[in-house]
Amino acid sequence: MNTEKVVFGFFILLAATLNFGFVWGDIDVAAHHQVSELFAAIVVNLVATILKLGDRTQVGAIHLASSLVADVQLLIAAAVWTWGSHVQVGHPESEIVASVVSLAAGALLANLVSVVLLITETLTFRR
Amino acid sequence: MASDSQPQGAAASGEGAPRDAARPPGASSTDAAAADGASTNTAAASASADAAPHDVATVDLAPPAAAPGFAWLSHASVLHLLLRRLRLPLLVVIVVFAISVAGFVLVPGVDADGRPTAPLSFFHSFYFVTYTATTIGFGEVPVAFSDAQRMWATVVIYLSVVAWTYMLLTLLAAVQDGAFQRAIASIRFERRVRRIAEPFLLVLGCGDTGLRLTRIFDRLGMRFVVVEIDAARLQALDLEDFRHDVVALHDDASRPHALVRAGLRHPCCRAVLALTNDDAANLAAVLTASLLNPKATLIARSHTAHATTLMQAAGRPRIVDPFVAFAEQLMMALRAPGCYRLFDWLTALRGTPLAPELVPPDGAWVVCGYGRFGRPVAHRLHERGVPVRVVEPSAIADDNGIEAIAGDGTQRETLERAGVASARALVVGTDNDLRNLAIARLAQSINPALFVVLRQNEAENTLLFDHFGADLVMRPSEIIADECVALLTSPLLLRFLRHVRRQTDAWADEVIHRLRDASGRLSPDTWEIRIDREQAPALCERRAAADSRADADAVASTGADAGIGLHGRGVRIGDLLHDPQDRSAHIGAVALLALRADRETLLPADDWTPAEGDELLFAGSEAARRRMTIGLQDRGVLDYLVTGRATRRPWPWQRSRGEA
Repeated sequence: MNTEKVVFGFFILLAATLNFGFVWGDIDVAAHHQVSELFAAIVVNLVATILKLGDRTQVGAIHLASSLVADVQLLIAAAVWTWGSHVQVGHPESEIVASVVSLAAGALLANLVSVVLLITETLTFRR
Repeated sequence: MASDSQPQGAAASGEGAPRDAARPPGASSTDAAAADGASTNTAAASASADAAPHDVATVDLAPPAAAPGFAWLSHASVLHLLLRRLRLPLLVVIVVFAISVAGFVLVPGVDADGRPTAPLSFFHSFYFVTYTATTIGFGEVPVAFSDAQRMWATVVIYLSVVAWTYMLLTLLAAVQDGAFQRAIASIRFERRVRRIAEPFLLVLGCGDTGLRLTRIFDRLGMRFVVVEIDAARLQALDLEDFRHDVVALHDDASRPHALVRAGLRHPCCRAVLALTNDDAANLAAVLTASLLNPKATLIARSHTAHATTLMQAAGRPRIVDPFVAFAEQLMMALRAPGCYRLFDWLTALRGTPLAPELVPPDGAWVVCGYGRFGRPVAHRLHERGVPVRVVEPSAIADDNGIEAIAGDGTQRETLERAGVASARALVVGTDNDLRNLAIARLAQSINPALFVVLRQNEAENTLLFDHFGADLVMRPSEIIADECVALLTSPLLLRFLRHVRRQTDAWADEVIHRLRDASGRLSPDTWEIRIDREQAPALCERRAAADSRADADAVASTGADAGIGLHGRGVRIGDLLHDPQDRSAHIGAVALLALRADRETLLPADDWTPAEGDELLFAGSEAARRRMTIGLQDRGVLDYLVTGRATRRPWPWQRSRGEA
C-alpha cells in the first residue's frame, strides 16, 4: 500500500463527496445547502488540485484539468454567494441559492470525472 | 592529454599497439587527442607516466562520460519542475488559510455595547486572513473584534505569515536554482535561434580557432551560433567585443540534440563547422549534420587519417588539416618564393603590407618533433630531395629513408648529433610552445644563421613568438580559421590560390605588380560576382536587350534603344574595371579568375565577355568594389561604361523597361 496514493485518492473522493453533499437538496432552498460545506469543498478541491500538480502523463493532465474546472466553478459559486449575502442583500435569497448550487453542481460533474479517471487508472494498472 | 611532443612518441612506440597502416611506426601516435590550446602538459612528465594505451591513429568512439549539466529540458519540464517543488508550500498555505478562515467563522464577535454577536461570515474571515497573511494588516474590519476573535487572530498571524513566507522563499529558491536557471537559459537560447532570420553558420567548438573565426565572421557581418562544451570559453566569448550579439550554447557538440537546438535544422543554417579538438565529437557532428541537414556546407577539422576517412564516409565534409596545408605552403615557399608571397598576401587580413620575400635556404634541414606537424613537413622536404634529419625521442624506424636521430631536442648534444651546426634550416614542431622556443634558442646558439620555422600552438603565446623573430611561424588555429573563411565566403579565391601554388615566380611577381598598381601597397580585398539577375541586373538586362535586338530587331523599331547595345558589343570585363564617374579612369581592381561552366580562366583579359551564370573573382580596394557594384546594378551607368555615352533615363522609363 502506498501512502501517497491513499492521500491522493482520499482527497479526490472527499472533494467529490463534499461537493455532492452541498449540492444535494432542493436547488433554491437555502436550508438544504450549508455554506460551510461549500467552504470545505473549496478547500479540499484546492488541495486535490495541488496534489495533481507536476504529473507529466496524459492522464495526469486530464486529472489536473478536471480539478481546475471544479475549482473555477466552486470559486465562482463562492463569489456569487458572497455577492448575494454581503453586497446585494435585498435580492431574493432563493435566486442566489439556486445560482450557487447550479455552479456547484457543475463542479460536481468535474469532480465525478476525476473519480472516474482515478478508478479507471487503478483498474488499468491492476490488469 | 597526450600529444605529439617528442617524449610521447617514445611512449607510443614502446607500446607495440596495432597501428593504422597509413601511419608508420614511430608516429607520435597520440595525436588524436592533441588539441589547440588543450595540451599544457610538461612533456618530460608525461613521457614516463603515459602508460595508458592511447591507441594510435584511430578515433576513440567510446561515448564520453555523461555530462549531467546538459540534461535536456523542454518548456513543459521547467514548469513541472517548478510546480513539483511548490507543491508542499502551496498545500501548507491552503491548509493554513482553511484553518484560519474556519476559526473566524466559529469564534463569536462583540458589538459596541459589549453584547456578543454572530461570528464573521466566510467572506469577512477570508478577507481578514488574506490581508493578515500577506502582512498587510488593515486592522480589525468590519467592526472591532471580541477578545475571543483577537486570540484566534494571534494564532492566525503566526500560522499564516509563516506559511506565506515559506512559500515565497521556496519559490525564490526554485527560481534561483541552477537547473532551473539553465532551463530558462536554454529556452531563451532556443527562442533566439528560432528568431534568426538571416543565413547563419553553426560553429562547433570555440577554442583558439573558433574564437578567431567568430571574430572574422562578425566583422564580415555573418551571423553564427556557437556550441561549446567548456563554460570558461563561452565566458571568454561573452567578453569579446562583437558587433552582433552572440548566440552561444553551452553543450556537447557530439550530442545531436545540442546541434538541433543550436539551429541545425533551421532553414537559414548555411554551414556547419565542426572545429572541436576532439575527433570523435567532430565525427559525430558531421554525421548528425549530414543526416539532419544535407544542404548545409560541412567543414570539419580532423587530426588523424582515420578520422578523416570516417568523416568522408559520413558526410563528405571539407576537411581542414592545418598541418598539411602549412607543409604545402612551406614547399611553395621553397619552390617559388614569389608564389608564396602572393599566396600569403592574398590570404592575409585586408590592409596588410606585402611581406618581404621569404626564401627558405637550400641545404640540410633539421625537423624537431615528428608528429602531426613534423611528419608532413619532413616528408615533403624529403620528396623534394632536400636532406632532412628528424629529431624524435623514439628511435623511429627508417621511414621512407628519412634519417632520424633518437633523442630529446632540448639537449644540446642531440641537436649537435642532428647536425644543426651545419644545417641551413630548423623546423620545431612539438605541441608545447615553450619547448619549441627553447629548442629554437638552443639551436640558434649552436648555429645563429639558421632559418627557423616554429609551430605555435596556443594563441596566448603570440606575444612570445612575435618577439622571438622566427622566419616563419605556423599557427594551426589561424590556418584553419582562414581556410574556413575562404571556403565559406570565397570559393573562387580558393580556386585561384590553387593555381598560385602551381605557377612560376615570374607569373606571381607579375600578379603582385598588377595588384599593387591597381590597389596600392596594402593587401587587397577580394570579392566574387556571379553574373545573374541579383548581383548584376544591369548586365543581364543589357545582354537580354542585345539578344532581342539581334533576334527580331523589334526593340530598334521603337527607336528607344538607339544608344544601347551600340555596335552590338557586349559588356567586357575591362568595362567593369573603369570608373563610373569618369570612364577614362581605372577603379583600381584586377580580375583574377573567371569561371564559366566549371572552366577556369586565369587572369581574364580586359576583352573577356561575361555571360549569365559566369562567376568572376576580383581583387582591389574596398572603394573599387563599391564602384564596380554601381556599374553592375545601374543600367545607365553600365551603358556609359560600355559606350561612353550617358544614357541615363528618367526612372519611369527605366521601370517600364525592367518590367517588359
